[in-house]
Amino acid sequence: MSNPTVTQSSVCYHCGDKLPAVKLNYDEKDFCCVGCQSVYQILSENNMCNYYAYNDTPGQRIKDDGHFEYLDEPTIIAQLINYKDKDNSIVTFYIPAIHCSSCIWLLEHLYKINPAIFSSRIDFLKREVTISYKHDKVSLRQVVEVLNQIGYEPLISLQDVVKEKGNSVNKQLIWKIAIAGFCMGNVMLFSFPEYFGLSALEKQFQDLFAWLNLAFCIPVTFYCAKEYFTSAYASLKQKYINLDTPLALIIAVLFIRTAISTIFNDGPGFGDTLTGLVFLLLMGKWVKQRTYHHISFDRDYRSYFPIAITTLKDNREKPVAISEIVVGDRLLIRNGELVPADAILMKGDAWLDMSFVTGEAEPQQKVLGEIVYAGGRQMGEAIELEVVKPASQSYLTGLWNKEFYKTDFKKRNFNDSIAKYFSIGVFVVAFVSTGYWLWMGDNAKAWSAFTAVVIVACPCVLALSTPFTLSAILSVFDKKGFYVKNTDAVEQLADLDTVVFDKTGTLTSTHHSEITFEGNLTPGEKLLVASLLYNSSHPLSRQVLKALNPSKIYSIAKYNEVVGKGIMGVVNGRMIYAGSKRGLPFEIAAAQDKENGGVHIMIDEVYKGCFSVEQQWREGIEPLISHLNEDYDLKVLSGDTNKDEPQLKKIFKPSTSMLFNQSPVQKLDEIKALQARNKKVMMLGDGLNDAGALKQANFGIAITDNINNFTPGCDAIMSGSSLGLLPNFIQLSKDGLTTIKISFAIATSYNLIGVYYAVQGTLYPLVAAILMPISTITIISFTSLATRYFARKNGLRS
Amino acid sequence: MNILYFLIGCSVLVALVFLGAFFWALKTGQHDDVYTPSVRILFDDEVKNDINEKSDKNHISD
Repeated sequence: MSNPTVTQSSVCYHCGDKLPAVKLNYDEKDFCCVGCQSVYQILSENNMCNYYAYNDTPGQRIKDDGHFEYLDEPTIIAQLINYKDKDNSIVTFYIPAIHCSSCIWLLEHLYKINPAIFSSRIDFLKREVTISYKHDKVSLRQVVEVLNQIGYEPLISLQDVVKEKGNSVNKQLIWKIAIAGFCMGNVMLFSFPEYFGLSALEKQFQDLFAWLNLAFCIPVTFYCAKEYFTSAYASLKQKYINLDTPLALIIAVLFIRTAISTIFNDGPGFGDTLTGLVFLLLMGKWVKQRTYHHISFDRDYRSYFPIAITTLKDNREKPVAISEIVVGDRLLIRNGELVPADAILMKGDAWLDMSFVTGEAEPQQKVLGEIVYAGGRQMGEAIELEVVKPASQSYLTGLWNKEFYKTDFKKRNFNDSIAKYFSIGVFVVAFVSTGYWLWMGDNAKAWSAFTAVVIVACPCVLALSTPFTLSAILSVFDKKGFYVKNTDAVEQLADLDTVVFDKTGTLTSTHHSEITFEGNLTPGEKLLVASLLYNSSHPLSRQVLKALNPSKIYSIAKYNEVVGKGIMGVVNGRMIYAGSKRGLPFEIAAAQDKENGGVHIMIDEVYKGCFSVEQQWREGIEPLISHLNEDYDLKVLSGDTNKDEPQLKKIFKPSTSMLFNQSPVQKLDEIKALQARNKKVMMLGDGLNDAGALKQANFGIAITDNINNFTPGCDAIMSGSSLGLLPNFIQLSKDGLTTIKISFAIATSYNLIGVYYAVQGTLYPLVAAILMPISTITIISFTSLATRYFARKNGLRS
Repeated sequence: MNILYFLIGCSVLVALVFLGAFFWALKTGQHDDVYTPSVRILFDDEVKNDINEKSDKNHISD
């Protein structure tokens, strides 16, 4: 770690952003903005500068002050807190900004800022902090404001992320694994003398060992393996055989045979095979169930919506929970806030950014009396709306209410499709050999041949190779920034023929944008503009300022910011305006044909031009598209206008179908139409406007530049920088399925050897006890080696 | 060799104790967060250091 007190650095001491030419200096440290400096001030006043000792520049740049009035409402507090007694309350927040050990240190020392927050614990991987506080000394709102002040604003949404994810790991399964493992270990111990042959001395213990083994088999069969019996029963009831059916039969046969040989004292039982089998099966299940702690795949509109909104009653502002909004309520929507329900505009100048809902980049203006749909974000002054539909019934919410998602389009996985043939094969062999021995008149052999065939033909490898292979692939994926929901989804990924792209945010990047200036500015005028922009915290102003990179800043007079429109001020005696076109102080002929977006500049009533922010195509798009063109049908569904069509035509094949101005429902319908033509569709999208399509597609990938940002419900989340690797990911999942099939062939050859002995009724328990682990070990090592090999071959592993 | 009966009983009992310990750990949430404690343990506790320094100074002045 470099010395954190170095002052001659070119980055902000707090957030690590590159310092602008004009920087703030406080306490011999440089800061890029007032926000960063104020966080430092708070921390240094509270003697918490250790925050900067554990990591360099650990901070986050602070956004605007949030409105947390709603956290004073008792009904909302009651929804959020986990626990409350006479003095103390405990609350858990999801804080996306948590990213390093300094964050842990700072958030666990909140008591230094306010002693009433007496305990705070972080779960780093889940990015959650659990805070205990004295609620008569500090309110929930104050707690959140403290967090906000130091740059860790909690994400409080309608769908409380914290509570929904509570049960991600199935604790009961771990209990079962523990018990099965415990019983297996002990049974192995007591079976060991049997493996080496019993001496005369040991013979006296044989009975004891057998009964102990049987005792250990009871909890394993009736508790640990219970699910297999219930699942098999349920599937037989529906006249359908799943993989659990033969497994349940084998467990039952093993247990009955062990019980009979113990009770009648005729030879060793199969206790070791039984416990080992159940333990391994449960392990496979556990591997399959493991998912990511820190990523939620099932978010819907509720995690995009805030938990409360300001309403106006008798001219007084009152925060109300979204779920309690009724038709006729007056809502007050401030700049940057979200419209939570379909409503009519009553007052104010509404410019709504609907990009998240429709994909359209330009904000839309609404006139008084017009209906405003939920999901739009107000850009500009505060507006008043009257609710016409409650939040749960809005146009946007309707996307999630449809019942017909994901019907039969998903492919049945390899295991279930093969289980049927497998089971039938086992039954045929078992009954034929039983029948043969009965016909020969050897009843004892008939019974032992039947049980032996069933035991040896155990599809345990089938139940293990799939989860082990696919979860190994998952971990390869996640190192490369591709987070797939579960192992079933990997199988879907291998079986697709159509890829549908969204445009904005998917093919283009929201982060890397290029600032271009159309017009004429002298270097001196550039400085004037920069001096004006320097006073604004609007993201566009900051971007343009960064592009201008001024050498000095003049002081400014009569600075005025009209929220959502622009800024103006007098610099060096000249009047400067910067902002959107509709905010221009005069109608300017030269600007008529220009687009509204961007930063338009006027100096002394002369229109100078416009800084426009061009979205850039993501890196590696062209090779990606040409690669995918070979094997897949491609399609573009964009919610935006067709202004980029010529550029898209250059990247895609000319024959590629491209649809523009698509509403979320149209996108969804388009995916359904493709599926109706028996296409297996992968959808790549980013926003809420793609949510329906992502959900309906056979495999939906949400692209994001920050894994912790909101992403709609999907099968996989991919970081934007990994998009170019998509063909490699698909190839690896295909190779994974090949691996599973090969391991199935290996297992079958083992089984055939076993069956050869089994049909003769000469299977000794020891052989079964050795054959099963050997085949399991072979398979698991084969799958992991094969996955490594394929990962390297596909360039996903060095 | 009858002592073996007793020893086997003991071994099962000890194993059961470990199983119980595992369940206790699982129930009290010790496996819920397997990362943060590894970071937390490395933080220095400043408050305690201050007290130590003061008490040291007191010793010297005494």
